[in-house]
Amino acid sequence: MDKIWTLIRKEWAEVFKNRFVLFTVAFLPLLFTALPLIILYVSRSSGDWGDAVAFSDVPPQFLEMCGGLEAGGCMQYFIVSQFMLLFMMVPMIVPITFASYSIVGEKTTRTLEPLLATPITTLELLAGKALAASIPAVVATWLCFFLYMIGARILAVSPGVLAKLFDPLWLSAIFVVGPLLALAGVSLAVMISSRVTDPRVAEQISAIFVLPLIGLFVGQSTGLIFLNERIILWMAVGLLILDAGLLAFATQLFQRETILTRWK
Amino acid sequence: MDDSKLIVVDELSKSFGRVLAVDKLSFSVQAGEIFGLLGPNGAGKTTTVRMLGALIGPSSGEAWVNHYQIGRQDQQIRRSVGILTESPGLYDQLSAERNLSFYATIYDVEDVNGQVERYLRLLGLWERRHEAVGTFSKGMRQKLAIARTLLHEPSVLFLDEPTSGLDPQAARMLRGFIADLKSDGRAIIMCTHNLDEADRLCDRIAVIRGNLLALDTPTALRRKLFGRKVVFHLRDVEEGFTKIVENFDFVQSVEVIDHKLVIGLDEPEMHNPALVRALVEGGAEIQFVGELRRRLEDVYLQLVNQAD
Repeated sequence: MDKIWTLIRKEWAEVFKNRFVLFTVAFLPLLFTALPLIILYVSRSSGDWGDAVAFSDVPPQFLEMCGGLEAGGCMQYFIVSQFMLLFMMVPMIVPITFASYSIVGEKTTRTLEPLLATPITTLELLAGKALAASIPAVVATWLCFFLYMIGARILAVSPGVLAKLFDPLWLSAIFVVGPLLALAGVSLAVMISSRVTDPRVAEQISAIFVLPLIGLFVGQSTGLIFLNERIILWMAVGLLILDAGLLAFATQLFQRETILTRWK
Repeated sequence: MDDSKLIVVDELSKSFGRVLAVDKLSFSVQAGEIFGLLGPNGAGKTTTVRMLGALIGPSSGEAWVNHYQIGRQDQQIRRSVGILTESPGLYDQLSAERNLSFYATIYDVEDVNGQVERYLRLLGLWERRHEAVGTFSKGMRQKLAIARTLLHEPSVLFLDEPTSGLDPQAARMLRGFIADLKSDGRAIIMCTHNLDEADRLCDRIAVIRGNLLALDTPTALRRKLFGRKVVFHLRDVEEGFTKIVENFDFVQSVEVIDHKLVIGLDEPEMHNPALVRALVEGGAEIQFVGELRRRLEDVYLQLVNQAD
């Protein structure tokens, strides 16, 4: 565990020397904090939604999630919940670029061979790389979600909507599924990074892993899928197994010899 | 197995697909010995070092490093050896101190700060410890890479081109440092293209080109290939002098080059006095006597060309 933590601190010390990297880690969570807050603000200041909105305006599948909310509150909850989904996805989207650079980047800067010559195990190396990429994104997202909670408390149209926004469904999505998704994404990206010889190829391939999340977002926006407690629970269990499997598979796939001798 | 042998290589081979990079290499290196691995580019030097450093596995053969068998006890090997790779491979964004403390922790060094300070001071980098490595000169980077190699006090060292690209002053400093490492009782394998450096530092030299072409001390290699020759610098060379020398049974060859007699013989320490005496009695005015010293480069080229 010491070696993993040492590697994580080294990665952070190296990466965050560049302030632009800090900006990229913080930008997306901040954007996704601002957007729902703006919507809450606009919907609140646009007057009494109860008069302007009917239950028929809300997708029927979503209605049961509204519980006892009135039509205006249900609509506000529906719109804002689209962005709540983003809080779950951001921890995966943000670190993929860093993770995809992690191994191949060390290859190109020629720092990988001295590192592989040390007694660090493959599991420690990959876990360190994956955690170093995912932890800042998860923490940044959680901090932004905290800001969002404060803003929502001020701007939500009713206490009922506020309660819905911070019910166990979304809290588990953000605090459990989000980090697990992040770990799955970076594990895949680190795996790709250890198999390619060019950082650009790693980034391009890794970017493909974001597509299912975009599909989920589009599905929810168009009313095809609605996250509920059961889906979140299954996602959490599935991701936990997937994460463990991915890390084990990445360790098997990581061939020191191939990595060293394929250097150009 | 002899305990003083820290590296034992037995018929070690490595293939990459159809390419045979290392072919049945066998040698051993003692504690307190600097062993030079010479050969042209692509001769298998780096591959050999990588196999012995447990970075890549052999295709066949066996080797023990620090009494651990490669392929079976790789983790122990990595823990007990230090490898200076061809490229320093340092983290440019981090300070010299941070680079070393990172590696010291990875190597489970007990007194991380103490060891980092020790080697930064030894290599003259202490005053610049807080500066990012990216601002360092090539010589400073190489010194830092050597410090990294030594942090965990390995008893076996692999140094790949340790003075490559350094200015003469920095190269000299590093050579002195490497010689000191030898006196600490470490076994050192040094890959280099700098034959003069190998000649000065190495106790024994292996010339390889996939397979082993020759292995011995630099002096013995010279003698094997070129024999021993003594040069007599004379004020004037007369025809009779050659005949005087040729009368001795132990003389193998005589050449006249300018004002010099170049005499081939096996044991000059024993036979030179007789030669000097005979030449002086024959009227020769001897200015200097010395052994003709072949450069290691001549030995190397001879061996590599023979293999072609």
